[in-house]
Amino acid sequence: MESILNGFIGAGRLILTFNPELLGIILLSVQVSGSALVIAALLGLPLGAALAWGRVPLRGLILSLMNTGMGLPPVVAGLLLYLFLSRSGPLGGLGLLYTPTAMVMVQAILVWPIVVSLSHAAIVRVDPVIRQAAVTLGATPFQAVITVIREAGYGIMAGVMAGLGRAMAEVGAVIIVGGNIAGYTRVMTTTIALETDKGDFELAIALGIILLLISFGINLGLRFCQRAGRVRSGIILWD
Amino acid sequence: MGLTLEVDRISKRYNGQAVLRECSFRFGSGRTYALQGPNGVGKSTFFRIAALLEPPDAGEVRYEDNGVALPPDLHLRRRITLLLPRTGVFNTSVFNNVAYGLKIRGRPAPEVERRVNEVLDRVGLGHKRRQNGLDLSSGETKRLGLARALIIDPEVLLLDEPTANLDPENAEIIEQIILNRKTSAESAIIVVTHDLAQARRLGDDLLVMADGRIVPL
Repeated sequence: MESILNGFIGAGRLILTFNPELLGIILLSVQVSGSALVIAALLGLPLGAALAWGRVPLRGLILSLMNTGMGLPPVVAGLLLYLFLSRSGPLGGLGLLYTPTAMVMVQAILVWPIVVSLSHAAIVRVDPVIRQAAVTLGATPFQAVITVIREAGYGIMAGVMAGLGRAMAEVGAVIIVGGNIAGYTRVMTTTIALETDKGDFELAIALGIILLLISFGINLGLRFCQRAGRVRSGIILWD
Repeated sequence: MGLTLEVDRISKRYNGQAVLRECSFRFGSGRTYALQGPNGVGKSTFFRIAALLEPPDAGEVRYEDNGVALPPDLHLRRRITLLLPRTGVFNTSVFNNVAYGLKIRGRPAPEVERRVNEVLDRVGLGHKRRQNGLDLSSGETKRLGLARALIIDPEVLLLDEPTANLDPENAEIIEQIILNRKTSAESAIIVVTHDLAQARRLGDDLLVMADGRIVPL
């Protein structure tokens, strides 16, 4: 009991004194997950939209693969990317294994299906009469597509937030391809795992608290998206 | 000078059933046509074809005596507007809903502001300009749809049951807006209504769709 109490007291001290090691780990985590999210969104949103219009070859198969990918075990993704990036793998020459870039790649692989599936679902849910109305008012095909995507905006945002949540909470895959190197590839989740193993709870608890706060913030964002998607009165969304 | 619309022996089948059968008619600019006919007789199909949203199986749609192939020239399509039976309100303010047609045409912001406010006042929604369009009543939603159509000043205005399922008060407001439009612009207006008295009030010409064709009443 005393060790837990001491752990929390130490954690509080680390947070309140803005411990440089703690801040470095948080910053790297945010950079890695943020970059992964941007890549997943850039690749995922157009695919989600294209799948929603139904003009993509093998649409059903791609959707099934994306839905399966949402439940892809992180360690499997980590293992696959490891095999590709390891010295004997096809991408071994790039020297990316045990770098933050590899961690971004594996998180992007994990987040991408979530962004595709949820943005597809959000766009499909938009009433078809919206697109017809846009066309009858003189929209070009591109403008009509943008109009529909805007209508699905909150649903798409919810997908992106869910992706961010998965990236931030991920541990297995980044340990495999990042190697958990102190000051280089050590992020919040991998540090928590390591420090717990060592029985040094101060840093682990401090990072746990920060991770929980970030997770809480993401959930608040998700909740806002879901509520706002159900229509809010009196706000101007397009300016 | 408005746009003339002519359909020449257009036919359309859905699920093996003929909806339009060699339907021909010429609609002149500056006139309002009230089109009647029972549900499912093909009025909405005719409107979708006339609005260049879908092609006929056979026959031709002509604007200004020129046959039009799909997809049509954007400039031509922007001179025609169809008010759908369901308005399709965008999840944004009433102002932005009405401004949509001008914004996608790249009109400057001061012009958009001025014209939207003008049209909103005309349809009696000026006091709701900042409200979300999805929070409007069904009558107000119809007026919003009409405002969106009117602001782009179409030369052919197709109104598919603009007063359906509305209370008498809102129906009268919509009717008045259409009558005002009739006197203020050189456009062809075709309005579908099931109400014969309303058809007489609105239409210069009364038409009926029967057996897949449009004929004068």
